[in-house]
Amino acid sequence: MTVTSKEGQEVAKADLVTLTIDGVEVSVPKGTLVIRAAEQIGVQIPRFCDHPLLAPVGACRQCLVEVALPGPDGEPRTMMGPPGRVKPQASCTLTASEGMVVNTQISSPIADKAQQGVMEALLINHPLDCPVCDKGGECPLQNQAMSNGRGETRFVETKRTFPKPINISAQVLLDRERCVLCARCTRFSEQIAGDPFIALIERGALQQVGIYEKEPFESYFSGNTIQICPVGALTSAAYRFRARPFDLVSTPSVAEHDACGSAIRVDHRRGKVVRRLSGEDPAVNEEWITDKDRFGFTYARQDDRLTHPMVRDEETGELRTASWPEAFVVAARGLQAAGATGVLTGGRLTLEDAYAYSKFARVALGTNDVDFRARAHSAEEEAFLASTVAGTGLGVTFEDLEKVGTVVLAGLEPEDEAGTLFLRLRKAARKGLKVVSIAPFTSRGLAKMHGTLIRTAPGDEAAALEALAHDGEVALDAGGILLIGERLAAVPGALSAAAALAGTTGARLAWVPRRAGDRGAVDAGLLPSLLPGGRPVDDAAARVDLGTVWGTTVGHEPGRDAAGIVAAAIAGEIGGLVVGGVDPDDTADPAATRAAIGAASFVVSLELRATDVTQAADVVLPVAAAAEKAGTFVTWEGRQRPFGKVLVESHALPDLRVLAGIADELGTPLGFKTVEAARAELSELGGWDGDRVAAPTVSTGSTTRESSTTDGDGLRLATWKQMIDDASMLDGDDYLRATGRAAVALVSAGTLAGLGVEAGANVTVTGPGGSATLPVGVADLADGVVWLPAGSDGINVNRDLGATAGATVSVEGGAA
Amino acid sequence: MTDTLTPVLSDNWDAERSWTLDSYADGGGYDALKTALGMEPGALIDLVKDSGLRGRGGAGFPTGMKWGFIPQDNPNPKYLVVNADESEPGTCKDIPLMMASPHTLVEGVIISAYAIRANHAFIYVRGEVLHVIRRLQRAVQEAYLAGHLGKDIHGSGYDLELVVHAGAGAYICGEETALLDSLEGRRGQPRLRPPFPAVAGLYASPTVINNVESIASVPSIVRNGASWFGSMGTEKSKGMTLYSLSGHVTRPGQYEAPLGITLRQLLDLAGGVREGHELKFWTPGGSSTPILTAEHLDVPLDYEGVGAAGSMLGTKALQVFDETTCVVRAVLRWTEFYKHESCGKCTPCREGTWWLVQTLARLEKGQGTEADLETLLDQCDNILGRSFCALGDGATSPITSSIQYFRDEYVAHFEHGGCPFDPAKSTLFAPAGAHA
Ligand SMILES: Cc1cc2nc3c(=O)[nH]c(=O)nc-3n(C[C@H](O)[C@H](O)[C@H](O)COP(=O)(O)O)c2cc1C
Ligand code: SF4
Ligand code: SF4
Ligand code: FES
Repeated sequence: MTVTSKEGQEVAKADLVTLTIDGVEVSVPKGTLVIRAAEQIGVQIPRFCDHPLLAPVGACRQCLVEVALPGPDGEPRTMMGPPGRVKPQASCTLTASEGMVVNTQISSPIADKAQQGVMEALLINHPLDCPVCDKGGECPLQNQAMSNGRGETRFVETKRTFPKPINISAQVLLDRERCVLCARCTRFSEQIAGDPFIALIERGALQQVGIYEKEPFESYFSGNTIQICPVGALTSAAYRFRARPFDLVSTPSVAEHDACGSAIRVDHRRGKVVRRLSGEDPAVNEEWITDKDRFGFTYARQDDRLTHPMVRDEETGELRTASWPEAFVVAARGLQAAGATGVLTGGRLTLEDAYAYSKFARVALGTNDVDFRARAHSAEEEAFLASTVAGTGLGVTFEDLEKVGTVVLAGLEPEDEAGTLFLRLRKAARKGLKVVSIAPFTSRGLAKMHGTLIRTAPGDEAAALEALAHDGEVALDAGGILLIGERLAAVPGALSAAAALAGTTGARLAWVPRRAGDRGAVDAGLLPSLLPGGRPVDDAAARVDLGTVWGTTVGHEPGRDAAGIVAAAIAGEIGGLVVGGVDPDDTADPAATRAAIGAASFVVSLELRATDVTQAADVVLPVAAAAEKAGTFVTWEGRQRPFGKVLVESHALPDLRVLAGIADELGTPLGFKTVEAARAELSELGGWDGDRVAAPTVSTGSTTRESSTTDGDGLRLATWKQMIDDASMLDGDDYLRATGRAAVALVSAGTLAGLGVEAGANVTVTGPGGSATLPVGVADLADGVVWLPAGSDGINVNRDLGATAGATVSVEGGAA
Repeated sequence: MTDTLTPVLSDNWDAERSWTLDSYADGGGYDALKTALGMEPGALIDLVKDSGLRGRGGAGFPTGMKWGFIPQDNPNPKYLVVNADESEPGTCKDIPLMMASPHTLVEGVIISAYAIRANHAFIYVRGEVLHVIRRLQRAVQEAYLAGHLGKDIHGSGYDLELVVHAGAGAYICGEETALLDSLEGRRGQPRLRPPFPAVAGLYASPTVINNVESIASVPSIVRNGASWFGSMGTEKSKGMTLYSLSGHVTRPGQYEAPLGITLRQLLDLAGGVREGHELKFWTPGGSSTPILTAEHLDVPLDYEGVGAAGSMLGTKALQVFDETTCVVRAVLRWTEFYKHESCGKCTPCREGTWWLVQTLARLEKGQGTEADLETLLDQCDNILGRSFCALGDGATSPITSSIQYFRDEYVAHFEHGGCPFDPAKSTLFAPAGAHA
């Protein structure tokens, strides 16, 4: 016989063992724990400390079962001890073996009594505050006390109490008296997240989860401990006492904060999201999500949320509320009058919405001036995306990372920029994966992946990638994977070098952007030279292919990219702008972006909340947040992650419906008004199997710039966004934000000495556009490089310094 | 069977400055080491196997067999760890031994480490006994200076480093895997087995953990041979051992005798139960072994004999209590010890000891009924064999055995509305001849 393992692979008989559980014979892969073998025949052995993704500890003893092993004569012999007594075994630590006979609580009175005994013991010191406990109603202790415990306690003595609760971080609270000391939280923190800032301390019944006084429980993944806590001992400050689980409606969805597409469960009540939990998806996020995915969701109901369309009043010049039909008409007329129009979107759109923008630009506005890259970008990047990424479908996957020997990261900081990817890399690294990172310094994330740093100043990544082709130590080959971050777009030659490196070594390559909608935008053709599905604009066959579905012709001239659109608007070459979800401060040149919006004669803004753009726009059209619409995010892997509408009562319109309304008024209907219809058209369109754009071959430029200065002048700027920072999508989630890492400027020890200040003192970093003051710290950076978080503690590097990664800045001790 | 003492380990304890290297060497100390270094390591393991030496730390596991489990093809270093945490109530043999003759242990360590091909050995001593730690440290220093330790010991090509490590005062750190965690600098809690220490012990490398007395016995076996050792003791429990008599005895202390001697014989040697009193109950091997009574005076004190009487030989710590002692009070004190020392890892022991103490405290005050005794027994039933390690098992021994032998005394507490005993009378400063 064959069985299918969890990973869905067929397992050969030789790798199976056959045992009998409660009289039922079952074959399981070698190494399977008895507790999980029992699940296969539908027997649920009660448990607390056991967790399939954590190493077993056997601490709670709730899962005791009677076990017999075959003796030399083949007859089963019950495991005994102390003398004369059957010794029930912890099924969560015992691996199934051939001929084993297991009797669980169902068929063994001894196992049943042992379990009842443990349950009674667990309850003697457990408070009776279920009616006010967050976990009440979804509590494994409650449930299993009902299924495997006695009705009444015999404990008439005094319960252990603790002052309650204590903060183990700004976000996570601990009620020690509720804790059953299963060590799931501490094992998660150590084994999965690599942030062992909580540990069991003290002994006996006073054992408790503790923190280090000087080290707060600082982790991007701390919320997972709340979810896996089998009791209500760990709660989140944001959700504590907010709801009863049975009053909530749970809807599966996909997280919108990064390009990992983590499965989540959204719990909501009366049209309001109350909390989010990790979903289970072995192929993607297993059972873990980042704190951002878990706690970052109130952005959609902040006071500045847009609720009605607005148009600029002709007389007062102020924005005033309008009806949808009026707003559509005003938008359409304005755009017609404005003449040439460009379309700028951010990277947060669903695939369907991105497709709508792509089609709207081409069909309704007749332009290829469309770009989703509200960040530093380049023509080289566009060629790279067109040749290697767009419409390529599922490529390197999360699971692949566990199967290869080497992963090279370049311009990518997974812990900050793709947390779920980080967890998978760390998991693989713990099993032997070699992680190599082309980065300015050994970040905490890299250290946790036991990774090797190829110390590279920003701007030198291309050369570092080229050098890797001949690096015997890294020895990249077809068994390797290259993960390329979007930041390399700003480094001339880097993406060319990455593509070339993949070509020469056979290593597989994946592009890992930061935002949930980036990959979908590429696939949908939100680029000036690219149509949906990776079809090149300048390829006649591709245009015909598209034209048959769209029923129109498409311009053959590649359009302007985002920087080009901004420049053209300032120069007056473009009159109209359609802007969907762009924060000028994210763009490489915030001042220019603002100037373009000011200069354009007519601006249509599709937005969630009031921003600088909506304030300057002529028509403001409110759109639905992720929970208010259906859609699809495409992960960095190229995996489509469709999700349904969570808040079904919401009347908010997705971007595509709004664009369809304007297109109708323009007399060039989009052809779809719903997410389903857009999806149907996308699938009708299908992939592109024609010629692709060639990979870029931009040369690295001359040699790498030498800058080993240790006085404060002429330092090279390294920067990226920390996971929990000033992002507007974290607005309102103050507990979460309080767990973010403080903004610190990092320099080498040599550079610090040159600055003449101590670590921790304030320094002022000055770029072409201004300066910022923040504390300084030391990391293993090269001399002459300074790293700043791109948007933490009120400092926005783009906006305040007028500088992006690779720029030259100066640093001096003290405040400005 | 013999009824005489057989001082081997304790033979030199009365020598002038017995703890010094000179004194130890005068009595033939470190001769066995020279013999051993001339032997094949494997032959030493066989010798210890043949002697029948069983671990003296409580469980009585055959020492030679334990050494044989060390996978010699494992590329990791091998370690020898001596368990000198001696914290079991009533147990006081390892500490006197290390006080009086630390070199016996050090010589044993070198021979044993050589046998299992370890180049690093550790002695994990309980931290409270600072004087013992100092003696051990000095002995180790002397051994280094004399060339018994260090590189190329006596030209044999064999290297050994020996470290004396002080624990921080937790009974659980005597449990061998908790000891390893503690030695590695973690909080001492028992580890999951498998892997067993023989395969993945200290720093995940093959490790032998033995009690002080087990290791200290090795030089005498090398010196005198396996059959000499086997000539003492009983069929399955061979050799001499230290019996620690404490409590209501006239001359408490260490009595080194062949395994299988009886308490009656030992009491004779120790001048009997304190004058004017009679034996009420006793522990054969520390508080974790079920108590026995006067009816067990002739039980042979070897693994089999005590086992057949429903208890365990344990650490051979014979705590003797006369009729002035309230068994409920004694059991409560022991249980408080287990509650205090429970490491907290597993539910039955952590929560169980917390509950047991409260129940017993109530019963001692006479606030209980016979139904409470059934609950107590059932609580013990839910702990014994259900805990993660043997500490939890041990916590139940005094309770179940005392209810077995002295149920009436518990009942007397309920009827009396409190303890019917005068605790002052059980003290050693009570006037001679005082009765309950
Ligand atoms: C709670 C507990 C405490 C223990 N304390 C000691 C101790 O102090 N000394 C000791 O040698 N063994 C102690 N042991 C036994 C050890 O785990 C182990 O069996 C012993 O050190 C092995 O040595 P041996 O084979 O030489 O007896 C203890 C066991 C338990 C469960
Ligand atoms: S806080 Fe929760 S997860 Fe952590 S040890 Fe306690 S019960 Fe287990
Ligand atoms: S029985 Fe459990 S709680 Fe008690 S000491 Fe052993 S592991 Fe710790
Ligand atoms: S679930 Fe098996 S011991 Fe906790």
